[in-house]
Amino acid sequence: MLVAIGVPDVESLFDEIPKELLIKDLDGIPDALGEMEISRLMRARAAEDSGPSCFIGAGAYEHHIPAVVWDIATRGEFYSAYTPYQAEASQGTLQTIYEYQSMIASLTGLDASNASLYDGASALAEAALMAVRANRGTKSRRILLAAGVNGTYRKVAAAIAGSQGLTFDRLPLHTGTGTSDFSSLRDGSDAPVAVVIQQPGFFGTLESIHEITDLAHSQGALVIAVVNPTSLAILEAPGCWGEQGADIACGEGQPLGVPLSSGGPYFGFMACKNALIRQMPGRIVGRTTDLDGNPGFTLTLQAREQHIRRSKATSNICTNQGLMVTAATIYLSLLGQEGLARVASTSCRRTEELVEMLCAIDGVDHLFGGPHFHECGLRLDRPAGPVLDALAARGILGGIDLSGTNPELGNALLVCATETKTKADLEAYRDALRDIMS
Amino acid sequence: MSELPGDLRFTGEHEWLRKEEDGSVTIGITDHAQSALGDLVFVELPETGQELEAGGEMAVVESVKAASDVYAPVSGTVLEVNSALADDPEKINADPYGEGWIVRMQPSDDDMGDTMDPDAYQELLDDLES
Amino acid sequence: MHEPLIFEKSRRGRRAYAQAPAERAECTIPAEFLRDEPPMLPEASELQVVRHFTRLSQQNFSIDTHFYPLGSCTMKYNPRACNLLAMLPGFASRHPLGPDRYGQGFLACMHELQEMLKAVTGMKAVSLTPMAGAQGELTGVAMIRAYHVARGEPHRLEVIVPDAAHGTNPATATMCGCVVRELPTGSDGDIDLDALRRAVGPNTAGIMLTNPSTLGVFERNITEVAAIVHAAGGLLYYDGANLNAILGKVRPGDMEFDVIHMNLHKTFSTPHGGGGPGSGAVGVGIRLMPFLPIPIVGKREGKGDPEYFWLSEEHMPQSIGRLSGFMGNAGVLLRAYVYMRMLGRDGMRRVAEFATLNANYLMARLEQAGFELAYPGRRASHEFIVTLKRQAKSLNLTAMDVAKALLDHGFHAPTTYFPLLVPECLLIEPTETETREMMDRFADAMIAIVREAETDIRRLKGAPYTMPVRRLDDVKAARNLDLAWKP
Repeated sequence: MLVAIGVPDVESLFDEIPKELLIKDLDGIPDALGEMEISRLMRARAAEDSGPSCFIGAGAYEHHIPAVVWDIATRGEFYSAYTPYQAEASQGTLQTIYEYQSMIASLTGLDASNASLYDGASALAEAALMAVRANRGTKSRRILLAAGVNGTYRKVAAAIAGSQGLTFDRLPLHTGTGTSDFSSLRDGSDAPVAVVIQQPGFFGTLESIHEITDLAHSQGALVIAVVNPTSLAILEAPGCWGEQGADIACGEGQPLGVPLSSGGPYFGFMACKNALIRQMPGRIVGRTTDLDGNPGFTLTLQAREQHIRRSKATSNICTNQGLMVTAATIYLSLLGQEGLARVASTSCRRTEELVEMLCAIDGVDHLFGGPHFHECGLRLDRPAGPVLDALAARGILGGIDLSGTNPELGNALLVCATETKTKADLEAYRDALRDIMS
Repeated sequence: MSELPGDLRFTGEHEWLRKEEDGSVTIGITDHAQSALGDLVFVELPETGQELEAGGEMAVVESVKAASDVYAPVSGTVLEVNSALADDPEKINADPYGEGWIVRMQPSDDDMGDTMDPDAYQELLDDLES
Repeated sequence: MHEPLIFEKSRRGRRAYAQAPAERAECTIPAEFLRDEPPMLPEASELQVVRHFTRLSQQNFSIDTHFYPLGSCTMKYNPRACNLLAMLPGFASRHPLGPDRYGQGFLACMHELQEMLKAVTGMKAVSLTPMAGAQGELTGVAMIRAYHVARGEPHRLEVIVPDAAHGTNPATATMCGCVVRELPTGSDGDIDLDALRRAVGPNTAGIMLTNPSTLGVFERNITEVAAIVHAAGGLLYYDGANLNAILGKVRPGDMEFDVIHMNLHKTFSTPHGGGGPGSGAVGVGIRLMPFLPIPIVGKREGKGDPEYFWLSEEHMPQSIGRLSGFMGNAGVLLRAYVYMRMLGRDGMRRVAEFATLNANYLMARLEQAGFELAYPGRRASHEFIVTLKRQAKSLNLTAMDVAKALLDHGFHAPTTYFPLLVPECLLIEPTETETREMMDRFADAMIAIVREAETDIRRLKGAPYTMPVRRLDDVKAARNLDLAWKP
């Protein structure tokens, strides 16, 4: 090969690089490990982290993932395929995404979905930017968040969209119900460009989505719904909120067949009404026909994206979470609406049962009244931190300490029980907590 | 390459203008522009009544391979937009100087700005070719 | 053969029984919160689902099945062990908000990955959180802005971007509230230094550079470029898309870059997955350390084993903040970690050597076969550009035609029409994991395609013929939007 190129050695190929920049050795990189050695190391480390029974929700949820999902998603043809820019060589990926888009559109009750964004938090940032582009009727750059919007999502939205002049305000939390006090929305002063409603809220509580949606629209604001996809099997679709429906829906897709995996990779989904489609960031797949008139799929509306529009693009986003979307599409295909509704309702029921059991212990009480989805706040008679530590030492991750995110709520924690928890799991938690609290 | 209509003025951004009887100005993009863009799939139009500044963004024409800004060649107010383009953006490809018109506006003054006559525009096109 | 949609295979009441709870539980949520109409999801058996998606996968080209010389994408082999080990149950089932104490195995991997990325790039600190290259870019530009604001120079809003840059660069600059100043590239592929001197000034925030550049050549004047920009008070951002060309040979830190983003899904072989997930870890020099996005893994040395923990807002008050709901694409980072451990010190140097050798070999073969190189006098980095402008004029053979014809020869096309500077271009990157025989076969296919164009261009224009679909009508796709199935 060197002969064909016409050089004496490989080093000559680097002769355009200034000599003083070439390094001699890589300190700080250990010697290579063979597959056997690295397997041993990783198995030991994974084992270190194994074991505890998990009752944490707060934006990432443990659900049973059918064996088929990752067996197929990690087939080389899906796993090592590139972005489907050459459509004729990527029909597998493209059709999968089209089917995914169809499912998300239906779950959210909206007209069109994109091929996904990085995660739920960044999806909200993109939705906010999209609302500003789409809402020509106002100069406001103020985004109003309902009280139940995940606090981390707000931070991420500010980090990503803040430099484009967007501000993020919050409605106050009604401490009895754990939902938004939206009286300030009624008076119409300083109308925001968009109102964001999370359903279920961070604490698992349920907002008056119809009323808030109509109020927001009456103020000339767009409505962004942040929703849990499992819950959409039974909860009202954003497209049916209020008289006109929410304008944009987004959220974290992880519950749909993606493992918890320490926080990623997940995927953010986004859907919108027809009128807003051209403002939607990210890739979109469309169905069309080929030269013979046969159906086929291709990326469409690419003129809005970074590789064409460059500095005027809807976003700088280049990736979609292709592999996770493939997994989610397979998951939803296996479960169907009935299966997903069973996962949703069973998860609600487990949480209800757990909360009932735990509130029977002295010093433990409901944090909020009203209906919840599969997550619930508990009030304790002592700080939650040490209680959670003690539970963890017994192999139970009991939830999250709310004093970090919401100090105004006092000694409180947030628990979640999904369909993965058995009666024995719930009893183990109750027994351990009773022991610790006495 | 079609003939350049003699009653139009042109800009360096490949737009054409026609001064109407009532003093308004109709604006579109030239045959060269539509050909470079390819089949148009969407046109984003301004609102009637909107104030435009010379050199500012007036419309966006989108094809499969590009989304191009169309700039207002003169300052003024939008009187009418060609809403037929919403369903048939390909009118711009088929008839860029006629049915493919984009915006009609009331200029704020009589100055036709940095526009050129058909011969000068043809020269510009010839230069681009070589 | 068109595969019907999963919806079209559905039948009322059918589903995979074993994978959901046996019953619907009683739901006490009041009716006003519930939906009236169930969502429209597929109703298919487990076997139907398995067949459907297996058959769909068989319609894809992938690295596992085809040579994929996509320039700027680094389509190298994704080792299977990376996937297996990243998905071990102990890692897969860990909740991101679980206590650090019960995640030491995972955190150890993350910390070591941070350290290895620092070593290979020559940077002082690393954050693993950006979830893709574009997010890494956003991070870089946002940190540069934060730096200038912290120093009382908020007017520094101009970001210089070469005209050959990847589209994400200017898009990112705009997203961060900056203004783009485009810089022309010289005919030899290097940046025009005089134009750069004229472009910098008191409003310069920084410059975004890829090196080797998107033109496939090393920026020979990089030291001078860095000096000019720094002297004007701006910072240097390195787009690490082409890191594969210099891994273990040159370090961006030594080139005086202040911030770099790495594409772990390119250089460090994490899977492309049909479009993602990626990972855009960032490294910084001293100036930008306080601004890194959180969380970052910290390490406490103690009496026994070291203890790993997350650094957050309280530890890093000047951080530009969080870019993801949790800590980024953890599973992708684990795959990159395994890959780097398997390469080791010597392996990493061999990556750049073989990637460069392969690119230069394929470039020589194509040049000898009569193809025109965009930068004939230059060495290829890990990729190079062929321009078909001559063939486009004489034979009406475009880069698009060649791309489609290559599919019929069993090769995925190279990157086409990028960078925008070079007309009718193919940006070709073989990567280090391909054999000489494969590259020879590719060169032969390219030669055969031109020969076919000389005799029967009309037939060629209709390629591909052997794919599941013929060329697709993308004008129709954009005009008559069909983005979701309706019953």
